[in-house]
Amino acid sequence: MSRILAALMLVLIATLPVRAEIKIEEVVSPGGITAWLVTEPSIPFVALELRFRGGASLDVPGKRGAINLMTGLLEEGSGDLDSRGFARALESLAASFQYDVGDDALSVSSRFLSENRDAAVALLRASLIEPTFEQQALDRVRAQVLASLRSDAKDPDTIARAAFDAMAYGDHPYATQYDGTIESVTALTRDDMIAAHKAVFAKDRLFVGVVGDISAKELGPLLDELLGALPDTGAPQPGSAQIMIKGGMTVVPFDTPQSVAIFGQRGISQDDPDFFAARILNQILGAGGFESRLMTEVREKRGLTYGVYSFLVPQDYAATYQGQVASSNDRIAEAVSVIRDEWTRAANEGVTQAELDAAKTYVTGAYPLRFDGNGPIARIMVGMQMLGLPIDYIATRNDKVEAVTLADVRRVAAELLDPAGLHFVVVGQPVGLETTVAN
Amino acid sequence: MTRLRAALAGISLIFFIMPMSATAASTGVTTFELENGMQVVVVEDHRAPVVQHMVWYRAGSADETSGASGVAHFLEHLLFKATDTLAEGELSATVSANGGRDNAFTSFDYTAYFQRVAADRLEIMMRMEADRMRNIRLTETNIETERKVIIEERNQRTENNPRALLSEQMRAVQYHNHRYGVPIIGWMHEMETLDMEDVLGFYETYYHPNNAILVVSGDVEPNEVRRLATRYYGVIPENTDLPKRQRSAEPPQTAERRVLLRDVRVAQPYVSRSYLATERNSGDQHMAAALTLLADLLGGGTTSYLTEKLQFDSQKAVYTGAFYGGVSLDSTTFSLVMVPSADVSLQDAEDAMDATLAQFLIDGVDEDRLARIKYQLRASDIYGRDNVDGIANRYGRALASGLTIEDVQSWPEVLQAVTADEIMAAARKVLVRNASVTGWLMRNEEVTQ
Repeated sequence: MSRILAALMLVLIATLPVRAEIKIEEVVSPGGITAWLVTEPSIPFVALELRFRGGASLDVPGKRGAINLMTGLLEEGSGDLDSRGFARALESLAASFQYDVGDDALSVSSRFLSENRDAAVALLRASLIEPTFEQQALDRVRAQVLASLRSDAKDPDTIARAAFDAMAYGDHPYATQYDGTIESVTALTRDDMIAAHKAVFAKDRLFVGVVGDISAKELGPLLDELLGALPDTGAPQPGSAQIMIKGGMTVVPFDTPQSVAIFGQRGISQDDPDFFAARILNQILGAGGFESRLMTEVREKRGLTYGVYSFLVPQDYAATYQGQVASSNDRIAEAVSVIRDEWTRAANEGVTQAELDAAKTYVTGAYPLRFDGNGPIARIMVGMQMLGLPIDYIATRNDKVEAVTLADVRRVAAELLDPAGLHFVVVGQPVGLETTVAN
Repeated sequence: MTRLRAALAGISLIFFIMPMSATAASTGVTTFELENGMQVVVVEDHRAPVVQHMVWYRAGSADETSGASGVAHFLEHLLFKATDTLAEGELSATVSANGGRDNAFTSFDYTAYFQRVAADRLEIMMRMEADRMRNIRLTETNIETERKVIIEERNQRTENNPRALLSEQMRAVQYHNHRYGVPIIGWMHEMETLDMEDVLGFYETYYHPNNAILVVSGDVEPNEVRRLATRYYGVIPENTDLPKRQRSAEPPQTAERRVLLRDVRVAQPYVSRSYLATERNSGDQHMAAALTLLADLLGGGTTSYLTEKLQFDSQKAVYTGAFYGGVSLDSTTFSLVMVPSADVSLQDAEDAMDATLAQFLIDGVDEDRLARIKYQLRASDIYGRDNVDGIANRYGRALASGLTIEDVQSWPEVLQAVTADEIMAAARKVLVRNASVTGWLMRNEEVTQ
């Protein structure tokens, strides 16, 4: 780093003033549904984000993929509309509804114009409350899921993901892919869709964020209209996973020129008092853009990859620390070796004061840049609620980052980073790498 | 996004050389030119204290010299190395230290660099971006190491992905004589030989203010942007020898072509078709507007014609799509894809697709659907105001691809004015087999008929 930059950065650290000023209101509907709202009337539309905790992890044994397939069917017919009728109605309103499911939540991201808000809400309601799961639609969407599963079976990234998860999460739903298998999806019935819908959609796991051209007074009745008919309770949550990751290497042979690797170890949960120290540690080790240690050593100095990243994965029922890299079959062994060395170096030596300062200015400075649109703000607010954060969290979050000390990061690096417990899954024809027996 | 949609979107992504969405909100947009010829666009949104700073060069992979494919993109990587006043990696480190993000991208017609930071950091971004427009200082080690990185990038994007390989092969035969047939990232055997001379030759030819467009969006005042741009970019002399963007033109295309790609890594075969098509031309965007709507009518989701006939009625497909990217300096493509159902062969799929296209030419446009599409386009102007960076990107891409500010601003009205008859005329003109390439992505064991 040049002296010019060092001087420049001192000035910047001293003057960094940016703090997001987002005024969040808590709205409780007459029917008792809670939402966080930011009224932003300058553009005549509303972004509304719903999230139902549990998501695809509520699949029951033998029915893996049911909730994913059910999610795909929400826009394929509801009330008295079939698939095409629903699509035409949505187009006529110029609204957008996106239904998405993952390990921890089913989310619905919607946006609709002020000029036809009531009609849009009625259509969204029908898709959530009254999906028909018509057999023809089920068979058609199932064929799409099966096509996707067949592709996954020959996609190196997905093969690596499946192998890693199977190794890491024991008998927890996280251990298998939430879109299911050819066998499980082929066997799913309309009754399974109805059961999956009943498992996920309930008020006891619902989180709501709303941003845009709507007041608190207008939102209350809208929430009741949209969500009031949901049952109070759904399926029980799956409980915590036992993390089974042991140090070593798994090679999955696959005929392709570039090997793909996922690596990982135990992580740290988001409510741990040391989470921000871990967040900063990871910023320095592998999360940053071009200047993380992994990017510097693996890409910038040696040209071994186009990209290498590490990331904390604090899921609801398991916390892991993972990373990924891809290198030619004849160079992946060197990339793996460099990553292991960096993991060990950070565990033993921690980070420097200059690295800590740069990571803090990034993490604090980047925070307000996230609040840059109605949809993004609605999603952030739902995420905050799911973590149980207070409504004024945004104003205090950067103070928590600033409070992290060099000693904290060193201690957390030593406690968290476990070079001996780091496991690599490599898919490809890697030269010089072999599956090890777990120690 | 469910996994299923993600995977099918992966297929459709291959067809999107450039995003299709193309509406411009002219509200809050200010444009001017510096004395040295650098064009400036400012898109204001004062709701969040954020700014995006971009510089677009009117130089992309189609401007490369023969034998040096990939050099435009290679140079893009190397612009993150040292300059006279910035140490290697210092630019990105400075952006990060300010809480920002930076990156760059290369296409056939342009190369663009951007940073997204707190609004009061704009000046630092401009100072650094202006610096690397003229002052990069590369070492042989930079060349050696970064060349390995772009080779790994090609491995990741293309060599490891049979869908990308098919798309690359189809483009290569779609264009007989134009550089659009050469991949942006380059052919592997030419990438391996790229050297300092190739890189600096491209840099010296094209990286000048009169070949660049500055696009700033977010919480900024146009007068402040003008003051800073004049100070940092305005002092760089223009290149009076800038070459005209004259690419070798396509001869008439008189023979249909077929590309069969067999790969053991293919699990889900599909048929793809591309046709040579008119791009958006300055002052004459009507044909492109008709093709934009045609793509939506044919393959834009659940209510589109191909989906209706092939996924709902005959159920010969699990997925269909139609794609048209109108923002292009020279002739672009109109593409179709059909992923057949499990028991349908590629030949049957292709026949069904062609029969459906023929039927569409008889049936004509569904006026109700056209009206809904136009309403959605009007609504996208409202939603678009929530994402000024998106508006900024559209200006940058258009201005770097031969269009003017007026073209960008009139585009929404041009789209609204298109009639059903014009769409059908465009369909008859473009869906011509002699100007087409048909691609089959095949499992290795698949037998051709």
